[in-house]
Amino acid sequence: MIIGLDVGGTHTDVVLLGDEGVVAEIKVPTDAADLFQTVLTGLEAITAGIDPALISRAVLSTTLTTNAIIQDKLPPVGMIVASGPGVDPEFFRIGEHYHALSGAIDHRGREIDPLDGAEIKKIAKRFKKKGIRHVGVVCKFSVRNPHHELQIGEILSPYVDKVFMGHQCSGNLNFPRRIATSYLNASVYPIHKKFFEAVKRSLEKKGLAIPIHILKADGGTMSFEASIDFPAQTILSGPAASVMGAIAFAPVEEESIVLDIGGTTTDMAVLINRVPVLEPLGIHLGGYKTLLRSLKTLSIGVGGDSHVRLEGGRLQIGPERLGPAMAHGGPVPTPTDALIVLGLLQRGDPAKAAKGFEALAGPLGMSVAAAAQHVFDETCRKILDAVGEMLAQINSQPVYTVHELYEGRAIQPEIMLVIGGPAPVFAKRLEALSSYRVGVVPRWKVANAIGAALARTTCEVTLFADTEQGIVAAPEENYRERAGRDFSQEDALETAFMLLRQKALRAGSNVDDLATEVVENLRFNMVRGFYTSGRNIRIKVQVKPGLINEYDTVAGILATED
Amino acid sequence: MQRAKYKTGLVFFPAFDWAISPAHPEREERLLYTQDQVFEEGLLDIEGIEEFKPDLVPIKDVQRVHFCVPDVWSVMTESHFISAGGAKTIGMAVMDGRVQRGFALVRPPGHHAMRVVQGARGFCNINIEAIMVEYLRQAYGVDRVAIVDTDCHHGDGTQDIYWHDPDTLFISMHQDGRTLYPGTGFSNELGGPNALGTTVNIPLPPHTSEEGFLYVTQHVVKPILEEFKPQLVINSAGQDNHFSDPITNMNFSAQGYAQLTSILQPDIAVLEGGYAIEGALPYVNVGIILAMAGLDYSQVREPNYDPVKIRQTRETSRRIEQIGELTLQNWAQREQRSARSRERRGLDRRTRNIFYDTDNLLESQKEIISICPDCAGALQIDSTADRGRHALCVHIPRKACQACREIGYQWFETAQREAYDAVILQDRTADTYHQRQHGA
Repeated sequence: MIIGLDVGGTHTDVVLLGDEGVVAEIKVPTDAADLFQTVLTGLEAITAGIDPALISRAVLSTTLTTNAIIQDKLPPVGMIVASGPGVDPEFFRIGEHYHALSGAIDHRGREIDPLDGAEIKKIAKRFKKKGIRHVGVVCKFSVRNPHHELQIGEILSPYVDKVFMGHQCSGNLNFPRRIATSYLNASVYPIHKKFFEAVKRSLEKKGLAIPIHILKADGGTMSFEASIDFPAQTILSGPAASVMGAIAFAPVEEESIVLDIGGTTTDMAVLINRVPVLEPLGIHLGGYKTLLRSLKTLSIGVGGDSHVRLEGGRLQIGPERLGPAMAHGGPVPTPTDALIVLGLLQRGDPAKAAKGFEALAGPLGMSVAAAAQHVFDETCRKILDAVGEMLAQINSQPVYTVHELYEGRAIQPEIMLVIGGPAPVFAKRLEALSSYRVGVVPRWKVANAIGAALARTTCEVTLFADTEQGIVAAPEENYRERAGRDFSQEDALETAFMLLRQKALRAGSNVDDLATEVVENLRFNMVRGFYTSGRNIRIKVQVKPGLINEYDTVAGILATED
Repeated sequence: MQRAKYKTGLVFFPAFDWAISPAHPEREERLLYTQDQVFEEGLLDIEGIEEFKPDLVPIKDVQRVHFCVPDVWSVMTESHFISAGGAKTIGMAVMDGRVQRGFALVRPPGHHAMRVVQGARGFCNINIEAIMVEYLRQAYGVDRVAIVDTDCHHGDGTQDIYWHDPDTLFISMHQDGRTLYPGTGFSNELGGPNALGTTVNIPLPPHTSEEGFLYVTQHVVKPILEEFKPQLVINSAGQDNHFSDPITNMNFSAQGYAQLTSILQPDIAVLEGGYAIEGALPYVNVGIILAMAGLDYSQVREPNYDPVKIRQTRETSRRIEQIGELTLQNWAQREQRSARSRERRGLDRRTRNIFYDTDNLLESQKEIISICPDCAGALQIDSTADRGRHALCVHIPRKACQACREIGYQWFETAQREAYDAVILQDRTADTYHQRQHGA
């Protein structure tokens, strides 16, 4: 059996899945001030009366690191960068312990300027003196040649506890994002480590020594052990959990949209043949642009509890949430109140909901019921507009080859899957107001926890070969070998897949669950002075986000339940 | 966090699967390292720099500028539709106010493509700047445009297309034609009889360095632009003046290109040549993008940059000053000369041979223009290519007067169709293109 746990803003959802489907599901209130206790309570409650030996894994999705970043509660960390020529590294300054060094590597990974060891040692001593224990080290083009980062790390190591090197956090080019990502890794490391070690210890004490996996923003998991070196990958896993929860119910050979209608926001994502669309580079969070792999999601400030009001005679919905619906004792009318007024939802105090809408009905020149219908429809339209905007965004993504430009088909999903909120009520209206076929995800109230439970381990490998220099390397994987003149694109692919398999297994993947694919595969003839002098090969492969094999039976059961 | 001072649009289309031939300078690898540098610097993440996906140009946009012989499909590849489309996408983003400025970092280039196209010359098939400019004129009613060509090679294609157009100021600064392809672009090439003076050529001696380029930009180009008062300034931003370029002999640098861009302040820049793909392009392009966006570029420099080593001689400086002076004199006399030239009325003729080096094709042209005090004049080109076809091309300019329009139609209708493979009429007053095939 497996456990899925998703910490949300108000509730934490926990499910226990077995061959027979959902064995148990519970909701516990989230105590934002004590997430440790929240997670522990959830895990204890779901395992009550279950033999721990039957539980093969638990996947957790928490808001721990996300909250720390958004609330700007990050401890001070050191940053050392070496940029060489280009944009002034001062523009990328993060925090007060940020140092830009001399030393440069070029786009092919060749050293242009050496490092100054004395300069680094001086900074290392200063870090020690100031009590800086965690440091991010990032050099421009370190994903082509990590030598400088490794050298800096070596000099630093006697003076600090842990160094996060840029080339280890992603194979993608983007120096400023690499700086931000390494900074976040270093910053959230202590909280992440403390939290999960505490969870593990407590579970062990209670005889629950189950392997713990952590959900990432790309909808994949990694083992707790693997997450220690990449703690920032745990941020923004919440939206990913919901999307993964919907995947089992999405059509296999079609595109679809997943909508998660919450109290404050509605989050949306796109699936192509059951595989979620990823961000091209990585997460934006709290002013940081990162290289953290993530599902492409769009979040709008429209949800069940959005503040509904008239501004200059015009109806406004959200983006703020001032409290729960009036029917539940909240201060202002909300879309949820509209559903209660319309009799589509039976909960709370309908009289209170109606009272809120009386105030809107007058100025709108409508009956209370008509005003409620109007608000409901506008809420749906806002969501549909945002879906359109997101699709346009995905379809306008630049491509760099003639082939892709001519062959690249625009995605045009016809199916929409709804989770959260009063999903069935919204699904019906969204279908009426659009040309989508709209369905409700079974067990939509805990789909997020189910998604976390069933998510597959994901990872990515970026490899390049430069046969003129005689190199094949995947610096992120600490791989660098000699490549002869005849090293081919096929050789490169084979090497990349080998590294990917190793990486996935290290991250806690099951051998049966390696759904791999080629993301990028380019080969260039390098010509110098009218002669071909080598090949420049760029490969990116991944284990794509999806569900572990057990999902087939479980999802089948879930789908027939409703 | 950085924020662009000028909101800047970027179309980046490196055409990673297109080459003229495997070892040709215009090959897949050309913008590979530029992409690496632009991505690694995170330029596309800067607030106020926005990347656009290029649209393809429709055939109509090509036919508004060119006479493609025998037809568009024969002289263009898929990649040309995209690179012209990239320039057009940027032009539209600027005109729509989505951005203040834009840079089309695209390939293949276009500035050697002339009005008649029988094949490829100087790695160019169609003129992507002209296609953009004429589209913007048609769609947005833009009238006065200046194109400043800073490629190391004379922009002879753009010059040819705007030779007779007094509303388009074409300025080309390039390595002296006596020392480099295409061997044209001398100071006495000033434009046709209806547009004398709006073609400005500034041939620079080999080994001109930052000093010379910036001097010419500041003291010659800038004053001419200020006087012409264009609604749009386009920069044909070739990058082959770089000291490490393998096919030219100049001593310009990434810093220099960035500074030139800051002085010129173009609304739209379009990449042209530049074949030092590793040591120059990555840095030059980063410099240009930062300069377009009004951002600091003081630390952009190529690895082996030594300003002292590439500095031009005093003799070179002196020659550049002389050329500058001559250029400004010609400019000052343009109105007087133009008025005199347009008094002549009647028809003016010229014949010339055009060599398509890329396709190894020789074209002979017999050109007739109606001299007109009121408009750019009807234009007829009788074009024969040695391995190609024979075409009669009639162009009626955008703001043609009634008389010239009638001349154009008369040429088209009375042409002996049996004598040609194609007889074509490009009527810019109606934005139409008619082609009559042999025997049709």
